[in-house]
Amino acid sequence: MAEGKVKKKPVGKMLLMGVISASLYALLLLKQDVVIQYIGRGGMYAFLPILTAFVFSFVHGSFTGNFWTVMGIEAAKKKKEVK
Amino acid sequence: MHDIAQVAVNFINLDAGNLIYLFLVGFVGGLVSGFIGSGGAFVLTPAMMSMGVPGLVAVASNMCHKFPKALIGALKRAKYGQVDVKLGIVLGISAEAGVLYGAHIQEGIKKSFGEAGSNLYVSAAFVIILAIVGGFVLLDAWKTYRSGAASEEEKVTKLAKWVQSINIPGTMVYFKSLNARISVLFTIPLGFATGMLAATIAVGGFIGVPSMIYVMGAPSLMASATELVIAFVMGLGGSFKYAMHGLVDIRLAMIILAGSLFGIQLGAIGTTYVKPFIIKVVMGVIMVTVLFSRALMVPVYMSQLHLIQEINAGSVTLLKNVSFGIMIFALALGAFIVLKAMWQGRRAEKLAAVEAYEHGKV
Repeated sequence: MAEGKVKKKPVGKMLLMGVISASLYALLLLKQDVVIQYIGRGGMYAFLPILTAFVFSFVHGSFTGNFWTVMGIEAAKKKKEVK
Repeated sequence: MHDIAQVAVNFINLDAGNLIYLFLVGFVGGLVSGFIGSGGAFVLTPAMMSMGVPGLVAVASNMCHKFPKALIGALKRAKYGQVDVKLGIVLGISAEAGVLYGAHIQEGIKKSFGEAGSNLYVSAAFVIILAIVGGFVLLDAWKTYRSGAASEEEKVTKLAKWVQSINIPGTMVYFKSLNARISVLFTIPLGFATGMLAATIAVGGFIGVPSMIYVMGAPSLMASATELVIAFVMGLGGSFKYAMHGLVDIRLAMIILAGSLFGIQLGAIGTTYVKPFIIKVVMGVIMVTVLFSRALMVPVYMSQLHLIQEINAGSVTLLKNVSFGIMIFALALGAFIVLKAMWQGRRAEKLAAVEAYEHGKV
């Protein structure tokens, strides 16, 4: 399989995840009164902050990962072989 | 369950200044965590408290940003083959028990000796542990640098060789990072100590990473990456416990996460460019610097407990500010070493690539 020398940068993916991430943050901050009310209740509502944290980490984590790749900052080519 | 008034007391109003501040501290903390497996919490918790966030909410919110951050960091470093998931989970579970026990001890001390007693205990634990472990880590990194063996593969310590040689039937488990079988009777107390330290000074990694390197025999890169798995397991359990009491301010946690996910990706990438002993340098430098920050607060708490002559209010404020300043400096210094080492590594790689190209042309 012929491979191009220049790897395509994940600009589209970065933008998509960036928009979703920004929307999630906008929602969190614009609706903070509602968020606080539910999350501050404790008890079984404890699942809410945990679930929120997982969703944000997946979306924003994917965005930040692609962000550095698009910026050209990637792991060293010669990976260190660690036993 | 908490009533509405209690919720209002626990959760502060956020302004733009607070958002930017938390984002930036989150970024730097994430950068250091991505590199050495932990760090940032010791600045983030007091930073939130200085904004008026109650102590427990600050601890809970910090923990709720830690586990998703650690997850992303661990996944990234797993791509580079640096994570020992089995060791991380085994240590993480015993660390969870350590966290619960550590919190229990804290409560007991608070009940018997009050807030100042509890603070004195935390600061004394900080100073003693960081002096011994941080000093040792830094000395080891210095020796490696001086001996010119920085590029060579790390040697397994005598202690780790001994630990690996002990065979207790029925308790032996193989761990890929050690490339050896060791008894869980060694891993359980080490994980427990990591958790206890996490409950006390918020940075379990200061015990977790050195114990994986020096006591179990893991390479620095794998130890620091595996610490992220421990932080995830410990952070998830801890966050749930705090969330059950309605103490997690998810807004604070997610804003810190916004910055720290940028940082942790960069820190993880950084580990692929540096020599392993740099991990020890960053960790040792941060530990020893933070030690001074906590040591400055010891007389303040001792005076509050009337163990020494009373210190006037002006001096207390000065000591508090200098102590916080040193903590920020410690984190910034760690981040600077990471970025510098990464920049040098990238430059060396580029130069090597250019040289190889020129060679090819000639």
